[in-house]
Amino acid sequence: MSNILVIAEHHAGALKKGTLAAITLAKQIAAKVGGGFDLGVVGGGVAGVAAELQGYGAGSVFVVDGPAFADYLAQPYTKAVVALADKAGASYVISTAGTTGKDLLPRVAAALGAGMVADCVGLAEGDEVLFQRPMYAGNVMATVRSKTAKTVVSVRTSDFDVAAATGGQSPIVSVAADGGEVAARFVSFDATESERPELTEADVIVTGGRGLKDGPTFWNMMNPLADALGAAIGATRAVVDSWEEVPNDMQIGQTGKVVAPKLYIAVAVSGAIQHLAGMKNSKTIVAINKDADAPIFQVADYGLVADAFKTLPELTEKLKAARG
Amino acid sequence: MKVLVAFKRVIDPDARIKLTADGSAVNTESVEYKANPFCENALEAALQIAEEHDAEVVIVTIGGDDTDQTIRAGLAMGAARAIRVEVEDQDLDSDLAARILAAVYKEEGDVDLFILGKQAVDGDNNQVGQLLAEYLGLPQACFASAITIDEDASEAVVTREVDGGLETIAITLPGVITADLRLNTPRYAKLPDIMKARRKTIAVMDLDDLGVDDTALKIEVVRLEEPPKRQAGALVESVDELVAKLKNEARVL
Repeated sequence: MSNILVIAEHHAGALKKGTLAAITLAKQIAAKVGGGFDLGVVGGGVAGVAAELQGYGAGSVFVVDGPAFADYLAQPYTKAVVALADKAGASYVISTAGTTGKDLLPRVAAALGAGMVADCVGLAEGDEVLFQRPMYAGNVMATVRSKTAKTVVSVRTSDFDVAAATGGQSPIVSVAADGGEVAARFVSFDATESERPELTEADVIVTGGRGLKDGPTFWNMMNPLADALGAAIGATRAVVDSWEEVPNDMQIGQTGKVVAPKLYIAVAVSGAIQHLAGMKNSKTIVAINKDADAPIFQVADYGLVADAFKTLPELTEKLKAARG
Repeated sequence: MKVLVAFKRVIDPDARIKLTADGSAVNTESVEYKANPFCENALEAALQIAEEHDAEVVIVTIGGDDTDQTIRAGLAMGAARAIRVEVEDQDLDSDLAARILAAVYKEEGDVDLFILGKQAVDGDNNQVGQLLAEYLGLPQACFASAITIDEDASEAVVTREVDGGLETIAITLPGVITADLRLNTPRYAKLPDIMKARRKTIAVMDLDDLGVDDTALKIEVVRLEEPPKRQAGALVESVDELVAKLKNEARVL
């Protein structure tokens, strides 16, 4: 019997790609402990998400589906995930380290009496299941052991390949769960409107720092560059703290989002430790900054010491031309 | 109203972290400690609530008497008093920290709100508030960027910073809130307040007092390492050279 349960992350009826990275960790654990893995979905009207998950080689796709779970709230979702973990006989419960996973998984761990490994970036080599996770803004890599019979893991998805579809049709199994008395209610969701790719799923990210003067200038400079590359736009903590035109969920860094795109272009970003923690695993890093001593150059594959205001229009045009 | 605030010290987040030679721990020789930034946001939020709702704000810290300096800094910001839970070994996991805080909550009684930082920037775990809420069976509102408490202090409406936007939820009090950085700008303590803080009470309790007899860690650190350093690449002279390298060398266009 498989004893690893991966809880799917989804939003507005669509599966989040990070779930497939969590499946990769499940397979890595299964390779050490034997057995396979199951998938779990919690929500209201999530049949489509469950169906999409049938082709990834899970033993079963367990589903808690009902109006009580339509909006995410930590308490009822904890009860639902515990019900799924019981049904799956799970020793490991894994999900993504997005804001929902970070909110939910520790509660699940407390309810299961399980140790909780946050932000797992990989397993240590060897037969034993030992988890690696960053601390101190990524300046220290810890190898940790869970000493409990059950373990809950949140996955830093940018550090794992996404699992490929394997074909097959895992059976969908409906699981009953009672959300219980809930001392919280959903009020509203104010979505950040964007036509661009999501930061955590983008192949190319362009990030602006405080050198871009103010909020309107930030957008005037970054939008054309992002358009030229089909890129998502990120920002530093200083930017989202200072300029209200730039929303908080664009922050890349230790306390914001952690990303690892194929191409990361940092414009007028100095490269504070907490920012580097969020992007230094990107495959190719470009830094443009007029200060030659900016720490960002120490992690950049290609550095250009130049004034962003003069350089960006030229770069935007020439990238457009180069991409044809 | 009574508001508890978890208040932790961390190694100066702007300092370079060094490991001991055997990789078993972070080298704490001659490091400076500061209050965890998110804990300062939590305390500021509590103080603002107190100004509107006549609440008592109580700092809760876990650690030895070397943490008193950090606690005094919090008292100087305006907390009424502090509780320090004496533990010898400060390498707790999030779970034990949460169980200790849960015990303080029960011991203290009549608590309306427990506010914590969303994470401590040493372990970067982002768990303790959530664990605490589950252990106490309370609702939670994590990653708060705005908090409004209603007049009779029965409900908190909290805006949360989540992927893709801002979510607003309401929790029935008592409850647990964790603070994000944009919740507020923590105040600086004024000199008279620093003097006044010296006379405020720090009540010291130990795990026996709190009835926390299970001190087993659920997560054990096996070893610490410095992650491999990323090699700095080369400077390019012009936009043309940059675009050519991205296209022909990195092949990312």
